[in-house]
Amino acid sequence: MIQVMSSNTETSKGYNFAYLDEQTKRMIRRALLKALSIPGYQVPFGAREMPLPCGWGTGGIQVTASVIGPADRLKVIDQGADDTTNAISIRRFFKKVAQIVTTEKVDEATVIQTRHRVPETALIEGQILVYQVPQPEPLRGIAPRQIESRKLHAYAEYGAMQVTLYEDVARFGYIARIYEYPVMVNGRHLMSPSPIPKFDNPKMQNNPAIQLFGSGTEKRIYAVPPYTSVRSLDFDDHPFEVQKWKQSCAFCGSGTSYLDEVITDDRGGRMFVCSDTDYCAKRRGAQPGTSEVAGSPAGATAGSSS
Amino acid sequence: MAYVAVKGGEQAILNSHKLIAEERRGDPTVPELSLEQIGDQFGLAIDRVMNEGSIYDRRLAALALKQARGDSAEAIFLLRAYRTTLPRIAVSEPIDTTQMTVRRRVSATFKDIPGGQLLGPTYDYTHRLLDFSLAEGGSKECLETPNTELPIDSDLSRVLDILDDENLVEQAVSHHGGKEPFDLTRSPKRLPAGRDQRLQNLARADEGFIVGLAYSIARGYSGSSHPYVAEIRLGELDVEIIPEDLGFPIAIAEVTVTECQMISLFHGSASTPAHFTRGYGLTFGHCERKAISMALVDRALRAREFDEEVRYPAQDEEFVLSHSDGVEATGLISHYKLPHYVDFQADLQLIRKMRAQTAGKQSPSDDR
Repeated sequence: MIQVMSSNTETSKGYNFAYLDEQTKRMIRRALLKALSIPGYQVPFGAREMPLPCGWGTGGIQVTASVIGPADRLKVIDQGADDTTNAISIRRFFKKVAQIVTTEKVDEATVIQTRHRVPETALIEGQILVYQVPQPEPLRGIAPRQIESRKLHAYAEYGAMQVTLYEDVARFGYIARIYEYPVMVNGRHLMSPSPIPKFDNPKMQNNPAIQLFGSGTEKRIYAVPPYTSVRSLDFDDHPFEVQKWKQSCAFCGSGTSYLDEVITDDRGGRMFVCSDTDYCAKRRGAQPGTSEVAGSPAGATAGSSS
Repeated sequence: MAYVAVKGGEQAILNSHKLIAEERRGDPTVPELSLEQIGDQFGLAIDRVMNEGSIYDRRLAALALKQARGDSAEAIFLLRAYRTTLPRIAVSEPIDTTQMTVRRRVSATFKDIPGGQLLGPTYDYTHRLLDFSLAEGGSKECLETPNTELPIDSDLSRVLDILDDENLVEQAVSHHGGKEPFDLTRSPKRLPAGRDQRLQNLARADEGFIVGLAYSIARGYSGSSHPYVAEIRLGELDVEIIPEDLGFPIAIAEVTVTECQMISLFHGSASTPAHFTRGYGLTFGHCERKAISMALVDRALRAREFDEEVRYPAQDEEFVLSHSDGVEATGLISHYKLPHYVDFQADLQLIRKMRAQTAGKQSPSDDR
């Protein structure tokens, strides 16, 4: 069982380009292809141990590492923002192990890794959105054992999920799910959209970009290919709705974006601002997020032997 | 009002790294720990880190412990993350623990056993009194232990193998018939799991979790009866590989392992008469607590095999396999420290909506 190491893509730091070895990337790419072929189906894969903790985006990082190349431009967001600590940490990780160009602009990015949000700016063909998924199984709360939940998926037995939503309606008069809101993909597989707010669910529908989902801890990959139907579960008399705010963004004035609530003093002062920092900055005409090249001299791409 | 709440992350991260480096080093007037000191004098910490880090390298484990300031969970994480990047060059032959150079071997089931009971190094019969002489730089006297009067048998068969002429103990048979054992480090766990997958999971599992499960078994949260340590042994073994171009085995390393064989009474079923069933534990280094616990949990997880009802956590393989890995568990637990502004905002909206609704319902009754 001798394995041959590919050496042509090794970086100077002793790690392969984008950290994972090529055999592992090939294994993950196969899982990704299968996932794209069966939209919404959770493909088991041999997730590796990553130098970041489980639950901090190891699934997303492995997917990104497997699809990214030296010419890609990577954007990483957490809570919609490029400047949250974990987004910074993951961006630094890829700058270090892949020496790629990173950007904070959706329009410039070819690969966007995200936690908890879909960017407000519409994605286009050719872009890849990589979701970090803590828990891929939408039925976990109903059937915690995967021996059972896998059968439910196999037989498309999703009545229990519909009943759970109905229980909300009976109790509150509305569906009280607000994030990780279950979706039906391609009319066949029930899928967790990851803990994005339900506000973002409609953006998944018929999206021109490739949407990939990685859960490192649970060792599952799933995907939504471009232009695929992604329907949020609901009832005829209780149609799906997204969150709305009375306020507009205090910075850019947007009345249609997802807002974060910021406490401004200790007397109950609050303001609401866009959770998507790139979108907000673009609307204000500011240009904070210009591309930056990784620390290597003269932006040398990985693999070039200078 | 300056909006600073979520800004400044990058510089904060860099400064945080400087702070942990500073705290790791501590008072610079105190000499820095060397890897040799950690490796030699914190040997049991090394053993635990190697076990759960799934890599046998005392020097790397010492480095991980040094970098992690002695936090075993952090050190284990460091080793695991390093381990992933290593190419798999060869797969070793199965080790044969009868070939062990034994340093310690005890049986709780038989007073005397061929080859004898060897107490070896153990804290078991120490009184847990703080030795204040260690605080003064340790004792200066020679610490050499006298040799045994009789040489230790070089080929010590396992207690269960030599004493079972009555067929009272379950035979140790390979369930795999030459198949490659399951490898959790390369494949996602598959349920229902085979014993190979379960044992690998238990070997890598968090020691505290496994000890807790084993304790629950001991306290009656399991179907099986009182277990016995048939044998526990500690010693050194050669690891051999057969390189393709040689065709015969060569030793590439020597490892220290602890092996534990537990037996417990099984009352029999329609198809099998009453007999003793086995539980198995094997760890790198000297980790008896882990090896015994592993053997207990291994037996409890075999419930299905013996048509026992699965009623308790320790018998439930999906529960145990999904929650035993320390690196996975600490990762997810610590992720709660990450920002959750977006989901929390959604929760805030929901809770306000719910409260507004309740207030609306209550207000008429308040008027009465």
